[in-house]
Amino acid sequence: MRAAVLGTGQTHHRTRRTDVSMAGLCREAIDRALADAGVDWSQIDAVVLGKAPDLFEGVMMPELFLADAIGAAGRPLLRVHTAGSVGGATANVATSLVRAGVHRRVLAVAFEKQSESNAMWALSIQPPFTAPIGAGAGGYFAPHIRAYIRRSHAPGHIGALVAVKDRRNGARNPYAHLRQPDITLESVQASKMLWDPIRYDETCPSSDGACAVVIGDQAAAEASTRKVAWIRATAMRTEPTFFAGKDHVNPRAGAEAARALWQAAGITDPLDQVDVAEIYVPFSWFEPMWLENLGFAEAGHGWKLVESGETALGGRLPVNPSGGVLCSNPIGASGMLRFAEAAMQVMGRAGEHQVAGARTALGHAYGGGSQFFSMWVVSDTAPASV
Amino acid sequence: MLSAPLNIGFDYTRSLGPVLGRFMAGLRDRRVLGSRSADGRIHVPPLEYDPATHAPLTDLVEVASTGTVLSWTWTDHPLEGQPLDRPFGWALIRLDGADTAMLHAVDAGTRDRMQTGMRVHIRWSPERTGHIRDIECFEPGSAAPVPPSADTGEPVTIMTTPIRLSYTHTTSTDESRYLRALAEGRLLGQRCPVCHKVYVPPRVCPADGVPTEEEVPVRDHGTVTTFCVVNVPFPGQRLDPPYVVAQILLDGADIPIPHFVIGDAGQVRMGMRVAAVWRPPEDWTTTPENIVHFRPTGEPDAPYESFEEHL
Repeated sequence: MRAAVLGTGQTHHRTRRTDVSMAGLCREAIDRALADAGVDWSQIDAVVLGKAPDLFEGVMMPELFLADAIGAAGRPLLRVHTAGSVGGATANVATSLVRAGVHRRVLAVAFEKQSESNAMWALSIQPPFTAPIGAGAGGYFAPHIRAYIRRSHAPGHIGALVAVKDRRNGARNPYAHLRQPDITLESVQASKMLWDPIRYDETCPSSDGACAVVIGDQAAAEASTRKVAWIRATAMRTEPTFFAGKDHVNPRAGAEAARALWQAAGITDPLDQVDVAEIYVPFSWFEPMWLENLGFAEAGHGWKLVESGETALGGRLPVNPSGGVLCSNPIGASGMLRFAEAAMQVMGRAGEHQVAGARTALGHAYGGGSQFFSMWVVSDTAPASV
Repeated sequence: MLSAPLNIGFDYTRSLGPVLGRFMAGLRDRRVLGSRSADGRIHVPPLEYDPATHAPLTDLVEVASTGTVLSWTWTDHPLEGQPLDRPFGWALIRLDGADTAMLHAVDAGTRDRMQTGMRVHIRWSPERTGHIRDIECFEPGSAAPVPPSADTGEPVTIMTTPIRLSYTHTTSTDESRYLRALAEGRLLGQRCPVCHKVYVPPRVCPADGVPTEEEVPVRDHGTVTTFCVVNVPFPGQRLDPPYVVAQILLDGADIPIPHFVIGDAGQVRMGMRVAAVWRPPEDWTTTPENIVHFRPTGEPDAPYESFEEHL
């Protein structure tokens, strides 16, 4: 059964959204998504909530107290947990409910209120019988970025190029947390080294924010008076965080998810057939790494697409025209933002960061220690068969 | 098996938003506010959104500080962080003027003073800050209400909610064996019978899902496969930055362990040969911290090809 994104909504992402509660944050995104979809609450059949690990806000099962505010009273409510990829997985779960014929319209929402805690602390807790080696997500991923640079022989400035591109893109996005139109290669390279080889300006911010999407079946899509984003394919794969021989640079689960995704979407040459990609890049170097993992480039060659400007707006494959995770990182929502931004592109509703003529777009998220992968392909026309 | 306490805690903050912010400000002034939904019901504590129409609820009305117990239970052993440190009743209390009940503690002294339908009133905290704890607990009876203090009008935007979690962390049998070997100054690996990879520390093979049973001694020398120089400070950090956390492939193992490498951070490199620096044997316990850090050995670097599959 076909499914489509009927509408998307997101908050203005900021370091601290102390003007709203968690419920208010979610509703800001939900209300915008419902308005964008042109549907009211009576047309929503189920709600799916995504949220990063509970320790990040210190609320055990936030879906319990949020049920009223996110419209779940009297409807089925599911919560999805897949660490940083959860926003993407949440959209995929909602899509599955529609494609399976269980529901006509499903609301998916994901959020994060990082200001209420400290994710760096939450990710660095030292259990007994271990050494105090945790140093947050940057400490975890920096060695793998170093391994990528060694393996691909990428020039040292590639990470900075990505940061400049994404931060400038973010300046075109009114919802972005960081909007830095004047950032330069020199200023990025002069920024403080945090987790060598990751610099301050190559790191995502810590954001409060939420995102919501309304997914509908074919009848709902055809009843919409507005343009929809047809979901051509979804894919999710998982692998252990650690195992002997794990390829942290080019994880097998990500590569297998991408292969399954392209096959289901009928895409044989992703670089040629995809017009724009929103990829989960929390540290700038992950753009070339994921370009390879997703099959847009051969292993070891992703950085060349970056260096030649092909991933910038106007390039062959604009990546993260919204500014991506490098500009806004409400962790639980970051994956859904990638999925929503991909939909906005093919709906022609991406405003100042619209990629001209975008008809097919990728939304991608990953989470855990490069462990969970979720992705979808959306298009402006209905798939021939599903 | 080994076990040890794991205590974690954080002073989380809650952004209250307009509705809960007014509710907390009211508590500071000894007033209880509820929100009126479209069907006319008064919800205490206030809901932010109407559960039926989903509209934001902005109509806040004051209710009484006296109420009725709708149902209850008794706790003889209060836990840390609960409203009272002596036995008390947990009750669903509907304040006069409200249509919903809130859960709170009743300081009844003994279980036989609790009953459904009993009248109770709020005991206010002597020092109120605009926090849910401004309601200390409830007391039996409809005592003369304490008049609210002047409405100071200052909104409350943030409420701090300290959370403390106490666990007993228990290791697996494989991990316990590894840790006991560490206490004797030995590094123990175990080989997977399917993929033949040697895991340090031993565990059920994540790739094959079977126990790794064959014990394989592993040397306390190894190769830095990749690393991070940590320059960033953060809460709970145990070392002063900068310091190097490296993935170290011990000789004989097929998966690296993370540990510190001491030396000039600028000199640490992929392929560098390192050796464990142990604490004095009398200090050894069941912890990887028996190894203080690794130090460069000065041997020639290992060729990249020898560790490229163990990054």
